[in-house]
Amino acid sequence: MLMSEKLLEVNDLTTSFKIKGEYYPAVDHVSFSIKPNEVLALVGESGSGKSATAFSLMGLHTKARITGEVQFRDKELTALGTGRMNKIRGGDMAMIFQDPMTALNPLMKIKQQITETLKLHGKKSKDERESYAVELLDRVGIPRPERVAEAFPHELSGGMRQRVVIAIAIANRPKLLIADEPTTALDVTIQAQILDLIRELQDDLGSGVLLITHDLGVVAEMADRVAVMYAGQIVEIAPVRELFKNPKHPYTRSLLNSLPSEDMLGSRLHVIEGVVPPLDKMDRTGCRFAPRIPWVPASAHEDNPELREISDDHFVRCTCYRDFHLNNEGDAPASADAAMETGTGGRA
Amino acid sequence: MLKFTLRRLLVTFPQLVVLSVLVFIMGSMMPGDALSGLIDPTIPREAIEARREALGLNNPWYIQYRDWVFAMFQGDFGNSIFHQRPVLDVIGDRLMNTIWLSLFSTVLIYLLGLPLGLVSGRYNDSLLDTTITGYTYLGFATPQFIFGLVILWIFGYNLNWFPTGGSVGPGIEPGTLDFVLSKINHLVLPSFAIALIGLVGTVQYLRSGIIETKQKDFIVLARAKGVKESSVYSRHIFRNSILPIAAFFGYEIVALLGGSIFIEMIYSYPGMGRLFLDSISTRDFSVANILILFYGFMAIVGALLSDIILSIVDPRIRIK
Amino acid sequence: MTLLEIKDLKVHYPIKGGFFNTVKDHVKAVDGVSIKIPEGTTYGLVGESGSGKTTTGKAVMGLNPITAGDILFDGRKLNASGKKVDVRDDIQMIFQDPYSSLNARKRVFDIVAEPIRNYHRKPKNELAEEVLTLLDRVGLPRDALYKYPHEFSGGQRQRIGVARAIALNPKLIIADEPVSALDVSVQAQVLNFMQEIQKDMNLTMMFIAHDLGVVRHMCQHIGIMYQGRLVEEGTAEDIFSNPQHIYTKRLIAAIPDTNVDKIERNLEVRQTVKTEYDQNFSDSLDDEGRAFPLQSISETHRVALPVKG
Repeated sequence: MLMSEKLLEVNDLTTSFKIKGEYYPAVDHVSFSIKPNEVLALVGESGSGKSATAFSLMGLHTKARITGEVQFRDKELTALGTGRMNKIRGGDMAMIFQDPMTALNPLMKIKQQITETLKLHGKKSKDERESYAVELLDRVGIPRPERVAEAFPHELSGGMRQRVVIAIAIANRPKLLIADEPTTALDVTIQAQILDLIRELQDDLGSGVLLITHDLGVVAEMADRVAVMYAGQIVEIAPVRELFKNPKHPYTRSLLNSLPSEDMLGSRLHVIEGVVPPLDKMDRTGCRFAPRIPWVPASAHEDNPELREISDDHFVRCTCYRDFHLNNEGDAPASADAAMETGTGGRA
Repeated sequence: MLKFTLRRLLVTFPQLVVLSVLVFIMGSMMPGDALSGLIDPTIPREAIEARREALGLNNPWYIQYRDWVFAMFQGDFGNSIFHQRPVLDVIGDRLMNTIWLSLFSTVLIYLLGLPLGLVSGRYNDSLLDTTITGYTYLGFATPQFIFGLVILWIFGYNLNWFPTGGSVGPGIEPGTLDFVLSKINHLVLPSFAIALIGLVGTVQYLRSGIIETKQKDFIVLARAKGVKESSVYSRHIFRNSILPIAAFFGYEIVALLGGSIFIEMIYSYPGMGRLFLDSISTRDFSVANILILFYGFMAIVGALLSDIILSIVDPRIRIK
Repeated sequence: MTLLEIKDLKVHYPIKGGFFNTVKDHVKAVDGVSIKIPEGTTYGLVGESGSGKTTTGKAVMGLNPITAGDILFDGRKLNASGKKVDVRDDIQMIFQDPYSSLNARKRVFDIVAEPIRNYHRKPKNELAEEVLTLLDRVGLPRDALYKYPHEFSGGQRQRIGVARAIALNPKLIIADEPVSALDVSVQAQVLNFMQEIQKDMNLTMMFIAHDLGVVRHMCQHIGIMYQGRLVEEGTAEDIFSNPQHIYTKRLIAAIPDTNVDKIERNLEVRQTVKTEYDQNFSDSLDDEGRAFPLQSISETHRVALPVKG
């Protein structure tokens, strides 16, 4: 594959945070790439490192140690200082945030918050910026954009505010859009509208999208490819159909089975035993998911497992997927799985 | 806004009435009256009694109160028995002095306090922050009169840089440039004594405001837009962090206008605080009553001012 | 047998304004809701933010003043004027956020024992025994007794919340978005466990949620709320297989499905429903923009359809 085809190429990205004087990686040698017009979903539960990955790409961590390569178009981002990074973020690379209720400055008019990013990335005169801001509000489906431009954030509903956040993100026609849980805080009908909007804008701009979410339904609908993260690593990455039709890694399969769905009616949902270990208490040598599937024999796991391509474009970490079976056939009593949970928690 | 202000004033009027009645009752319960300290013991008792009768000091408090209120409605705020001048004149001189002192102190408080708080909050837990925070703890712990005495001793008596008392040098013609310079020269020590202690609250409020604001989501979004770090502070963090200070601005101004009794005593500065204290000790109730009403009124104005300022800086607060 | 019956419940909040701060209008948070929950079943109350579902739950708990209507618990009127019927042991609530609904400065023992202490005077050792039994029941280890909430994971904290809620052997539990703050794997844990507890204790539950997938999994009966009123009510089967109100249809169509084979179809359905919604939604409301009264269309299924004629 030619380099020029890739919009973003991340190699061995490692983001470490300081805990009691010691740095521990929350994002641990993560590699992936995004092509123009492609939606890559990054899925995982809290603590998996998916948001930390997005923040690292944007250079938004203030107190983290970041190593590895982030090649964005023709620039190596990890080598850029804040000044040069400020030319890129908000411009060719922009981000949509999770919580629209807190993502906007409460003391600034909507108009100012949009024109600020237009001005920073070299847009036109003041008048032009203002009329373009109104145009953007209209573009993201806000009724009566002239009035909303003059409003303050508290005067808008959550769905409207999220549209404003999106308007800010797309203001400079970014080549890469990073969406960090863009609909988690919204009602389902609003979620559907916002997802539609992102899809539409992406088509329009031909941008690549990094979609970070924990909602597998959203992933299935939006993504072209999916990367599943667990404990700071990508454990499986595959095209969307392949991932949902033929999930391999025990974590991916457990996640899919813990969702309530039509087929699960009247039965117990699958429970992943234990908890994600905290950063400073994590065993980083073996398969990180091993403690949560204790019924799979130790011999099934690899030491220092790497991502391995098992079929076209489908990568899985560790060999344990071959011996993995779900553990929800036995109707274990609640106390049993809770005891397991405490067991791990206690060790942590 | 006008409606809000009117309603506010309407509600507080009864409070002022109750306040003034209380002052009258308490005054009448205290031993002695305005004449007690002024009387030459050689004057015959009958003459004193006649004088008391003429001044209305023998009437029960409610009659005195009624007379006082009636007179006030006719624009007569009475005479100070102690100073033998109209009350408004007595207060007027002192008020001007106090206005100057509080103006200087306020400017100093914000001129020094805001940068200190900003630096302290932006570089929190650095050596600089630790030093500034250390100073604020010292400031909280030091009583103002101790601090006032210390800097009076150092800069007034030992170094002789500034005058040690009064509000203006003796024998200077009012209205001249020398007069103004002398006034300012006299203001330096007391206003620093007030400001250096008074600013610790501002520094602490701003510091914690900045530390809280800088981890908010909208600050991350500002950085994600590519806003320069200096603008992140000036445009986004600072304004959101001064809200609590803005909320106290009105109260602070009014508190300063009330005069600082300790500082005025230490620097023999003829301001409102000392006037109030003196008027109580000399039983000069015509002055004391007006002062109390003034303080009460100013407290209301302060609260109102704070509300109005807050509604200007924070669009989420709308006064209807 | 009906354990909880809500009859024409209204919760209105006054909007004040003007020079004398007089009441200008009312926010009709709940505006004529009637619900019956049979003993031992779970009733799902679904709606988007601002639909009044939480207000309804709180009204049953007595946490909201009721403007009009009746709440009958086990045949007794809860909001009867004069002498109040004390059923607080019988109705308990589980909250959304297991992080903030537990007092961080109290140990698990004190958190769980608090409701018992409020209603019964008991010697300390008896109380400890009782709390230990409850911890067993919700699957927490005995050494949890003297730990603080922050020492537990999200799922465990929700268990502590449940232990507190069932401490007084309630008959009815009102669960307000009990899993929406949790990760899916933890959510699965809590849902499984709530079903077990319910079976063991023959609990009746009012399950307030916005996630239709979760509600379908948990509930026998479902009511869909829109702006303070029910627009549709029926068995889970009625609602999901045969939704009648356009609002319900739209809600169901909006759920993203993990079945990659159905995505094209789902998007199409969503688009069709949205078009229908945009065209016809105003017809499904009365002149004041309120949903019509519910009409039965089958034994179990009721829909807010326009009054004919």
